[in-house]
Amino acid sequence: MSSTTISARRGPMAILARTGRMIMPAIVLFWLAMAFFGYWVAPYDPAGIQDADLFEGMSRKFWLGTDYFGRDMLSRILAGARYTVGISLMATSLAVASGVLLGLAASAIGGLFDAAVSRFLDALISIPSKMFGLVLVAAFGASIPVLVLTLAVIYLPGCYRINRSVAVNVAALDFVAVARARGESTLYIMIREILPNMVGPVLADFGLRFIYVVLLLSSLSFLGLGVQPPQADWGSLVRENMPGLPYGAPAVIMPAIAIASLTIAVNLTIDSLFGRHARDGVR
Amino acid sequence: MEPLIDIRDLRIRARTTEGHEIEIVKGVSFSVRRGEVMGLIGESGSGKTTIALATMGYARYGCRIAGGTIRIGETEVTRLDGKGLQQLRGRKVAYIAQSAAASFNPSRPIMAQVIESALIHGLMGEAAAHEKAIGLFRAMAIPQPETIGNRYPHQVSGGQLQRLMAAMALITDPDVVIFDEPTTALDVTTQIEVLKAFKEAIRDRNTTGIYVTHDLAVIAQIADSITVLRHGEVQEIATTPQLISNPAHEYSRKLLAAAEPALRPSPVTGEASVPLLRVSGMSAGYGLVGPDGMPAVPVLRDIELTLGRGRALGVIGESGCGKSTLARVVAGLTPASRGTVTLDGVDLAPGIAGRSREQLREIQLVFQMADTALNPKVPIDEIIGRPLTFFFGMKGAERDRRVRELLDLTHLPASVRDRLPGDLSGGQKQRVNFARALAAQPKLLLCDEVTSALDTVVAAAILDLMAELRRELGLTTMFISHDIKTIRAICDDIMVLYSGRVVETMPAAALETGHHHPYAGLLLGSVPALRTDWLETTPAASLQAQGVPPALSSAGCAFFPRCTRAEPGLCDTAVPPLRPLPGGIEAACFRLGAD
Repeated sequence: MSSTTISARRGPMAILARTGRMIMPAIVLFWLAMAFFGYWVAPYDPAGIQDADLFEGMSRKFWLGTDYFGRDMLSRILAGARYTVGISLMATSLAVASGVLLGLAASAIGGLFDAAVSRFLDALISIPSKMFGLVLVAAFGASIPVLVLTLAVIYLPGCYRINRSVAVNVAALDFVAVARARGESTLYIMIREILPNMVGPVLADFGLRFIYVVLLLSSLSFLGLGVQPPQADWGSLVRENMPGLPYGAPAVIMPAIAIASLTIAVNLTIDSLFGRHARDGVR
Repeated sequence: MEPLIDIRDLRIRARTTEGHEIEIVKGVSFSVRRGEVMGLIGESGSGKTTIALATMGYARYGCRIAGGTIRIGETEVTRLDGKGLQQLRGRKVAYIAQSAAASFNPSRPIMAQVIESALIHGLMGEAAAHEKAIGLFRAMAIPQPETIGNRYPHQVSGGQLQRLMAAMALITDPDVVIFDEPTTALDVTTQIEVLKAFKEAIRDRNTTGIYVTHDLAVIAQIADSITVLRHGEVQEIATTPQLISNPAHEYSRKLLAAAEPALRPSPVTGEASVPLLRVSGMSAGYGLVGPDGMPAVPVLRDIELTLGRGRALGVIGESGCGKSTLARVVAGLTPASRGTVTLDGVDLAPGIAGRSREQLREIQLVFQMADTALNPKVPIDEIIGRPLTFFFGMKGAERDRRVRELLDLTHLPASVRDRLPGDLSGGQKQRVNFARALAAQPKLLLCDEVTSALDTVVAAAILDLMAELRRELGLTTMFISHDIKTIRAICDDIMVLYSGRVVETMPAAALETGHHHPYAGLLLGSVPALRTDWLETTPAASLQAQGVPPALSSAGCAFFPRCTRAEPGLCDTAVPPLRPLPGGIEAACFRLGAD
C-alpha cells in the first residue's frame, strides 16, 4: 500500500537530495568559520613567501599549489575568506536592514512617503550596478568601509522593493486594520504587527542578496577596484594569479572555485530552508 | 436497474507535511442511477470535494486513492491508466468548479474554451461544436447566445460565466457531470438564475450528476437524493424529501437546524431607545476627493442611519454594494468624504488620527476572516491582552485575570492562551476575534460577515454567542452580512444597501410581510428555502434580474436597469428618497405606494 512512498524515500534521488541538504549548509558554515578563524587555521603565513617555485602545482606540502610569489595558495584562500565573506556580510546586513526599515515604513505610512522613497530608489536601481560601483570606488578610493557602503547602496533598492512588497501585503491584512482602528502608533504597527510576518521572506532575501554582493565584490576586486594589496579577497586572488593561466596553475582556478562553492551553497541552503515552507504556506 | 455510478468502500489517503499518511475518506459507498442527481453535503473537511474529484480518477496533490472501487457505466475508474483517464475526463465525466472566474483562461475567447473538450476528444468539427455551444448557451438562458462566445471571460458577469462553464461541461454530452459548489461564490440574486439554468439543463438532458455543496437549501432544489458526509464518512443517505422532512441521523438534524437559523430573542423591547450611532449625509469612497466632497471612486452615497442603544442593526446587500465600507467609515479606517458620524451625541472626526483614544475604544470591529484578522505570529494571550494594556494600562496579574474572563465570556478554554492563531479551529479563532473586541469594552460592535467563512453548525454557535453577549453586556451591534438568514436571526432592524445607497430600512419583523423595495423583494425572494419545490414556486425566479453590473450613477435609481417595475422617465432621472411605508418600512422607490 505505502510501498510507493517508501521506495521514493529510499531511492537514489532521495538520498542525493538528503545528503545535499546536509552538505550545503556545512559548506556555508565552513566558509563562515573561515571568515573568522581562517587566518589562524592557515597552514602557512598567507603573506609569507615559501620555499617553492612560482605557480607550483598541487602537492602534499602545498595542497592547492603556490601563487605568483610562491606563497601558499590554501593559506591565501582561507585568509581571503575574511574579506570576501566579511565585507559581503556587512554590506548585505546594511542593505537588508535599511531595506526592511524603509519597506516597513513605506507600507505602514503609505501615501506620499511611500511614493517618494519608491521612486527615488527606482532611480537608483536604473544605474547599472558595476558602473555605479566603479564610479563610487573611483571617487572615494578603495578602502574597506567605502566598499561596504558602496555595495550596500547598490543593493539597497532591490532589498527595499522586495521588503516593501511583502510588507504591503501584510499591511493589507485585517489584523493591521484592527491595530490601526485601535489607534496604535505607526512604529508599533511596523515592529509588532508587520515585521514578525516578514521574517521568512526577509531571511531568504538576505541569503540571495548575499550571493549577489559576493559576486559583485569579487568582480570589483578582479577589476582591481576592490580589496587592495597586500590584503586580498578571492576576486583579487583570481586577478593577481592570471599570469599563471598558461601554466595551468591551480592558483587561478582555486579562488574561483571558492567563490562558486560559497554562492552555490548559500543558494541551495536558502532554497531548502524556505522553498518548501513558502510553497506549503501558499498551498 | 443497474446504477450508472457505483462507488464502493472508497478510501483516500493524504500525506501530511510531516510525511505520514492519514485517511481523509474512510470507506464511502453510494450509487447514482442514470438521470439522477446525488447531492454530497457536509462541512469543510468532510471530504465531499475529494470524493467528487475521485469520480474522475483524480486525487489532489498529496492525496491518493488507496482503496475501493469507482464504477461509471462499464468503466472501473481506479484501474484506468493515464490514457484511459484522458478519455474519461471531459468526455464521460465533466466537472464544473466553484470559481468559474478562476477556471477560464483570461487570455482566450470564451467560445474557444467551451468547445475545446469536444475538439480534443475529436467528437465533432469546429463548426458543429460552435452550433452546439450556441444551443447550450440558449438552453442556459445566457443573454446574446450567438455572440457571447466571442467575448473574453472578464467581459461577462460571474453568474453568466458559471453557466458558460456548465455549457463547457455539457458540450461532450458526458454521462456524468460533477458540480462542485458551483453557486457558492455567487450573490443570491445571481445564484437563483444559475440554479434555474442548471436544473433545466439537467432535466432536459437526463444528466446524471454529483452535486457538492454545503448549503442544504440549494441542494434540495437540484438533487434527487443526498449523501450526508462528516469527517470522510457517510452519515446518512436518503432521498431529498425524506432527508428534509425526516432526517434519520443526528448530524443531519443538526445540519437542518443550522440551515434555518432560529430567531435569537432580542434583549431590547419597544421602538424608542436613545440613539447611540447616527450617520447622516455620509458619502465615502476611494481616490482623491473632488470639490463637491465626492471621492474619485465613490462607494457610499448619502447614507443616513440611526442605531438605538442596545439594538442590533443588520446591513445587507450583494458584494460590492459598500456594506463593508460602511463599517470601515464608522470605525474611521476609511474617512468619510462628506457627512457626519455621531456617537453618543458627539461628532467623530472622519479619520482615526482625529479621534481620541476613548472614542476609538468605544467602537470595535470584528472582521470576517478570522485567519487574517488575527496576527498569526502573536499568541492569543497577547492578542486579547494588547487592548487591555493599550486602553486601560493593565499589566501582569490584573491583565491575566481579565484575559481569562474574556476567554470565559467567549466560551474558550483557558488553555488557548499561549497558543498561536494557527493552532485554533475556525470557530475558536472567531471567538478570539470577539474576545479582542470585547476587551476594549466598546459601546458599539461592528461585525463584518463574522459567520460567512464558517460552517453552518459552527456559525450557529457564533450567533448564539452574539445573542448572549447582547443580552449580558447590552452591546449595540451593527451586523454586516450578505446572508439574510443570519441577519434575521439576531437583528432588530435591517438596512438594505444597493450600489452604495440605502434602498430600504425596516424592523426585522417586517421582513416576511409588507411591501418592499423591488431590490429588497428580489433579495428576499432569492434566498433558497428548505423545500424541494422552492425554485419552481418562488416569484423571484421569474423576475428577469439579468446580471447587469450596477453602475453607481448619480442620476436616477441605481436599481433601474434591473428593476421590473421601473418607469423610464421617472426612475432614471431622479434619485428616489426614502419614504415611509406601512409596517415601519422605509423604502427608496417612486413606484411603491404609487400603485
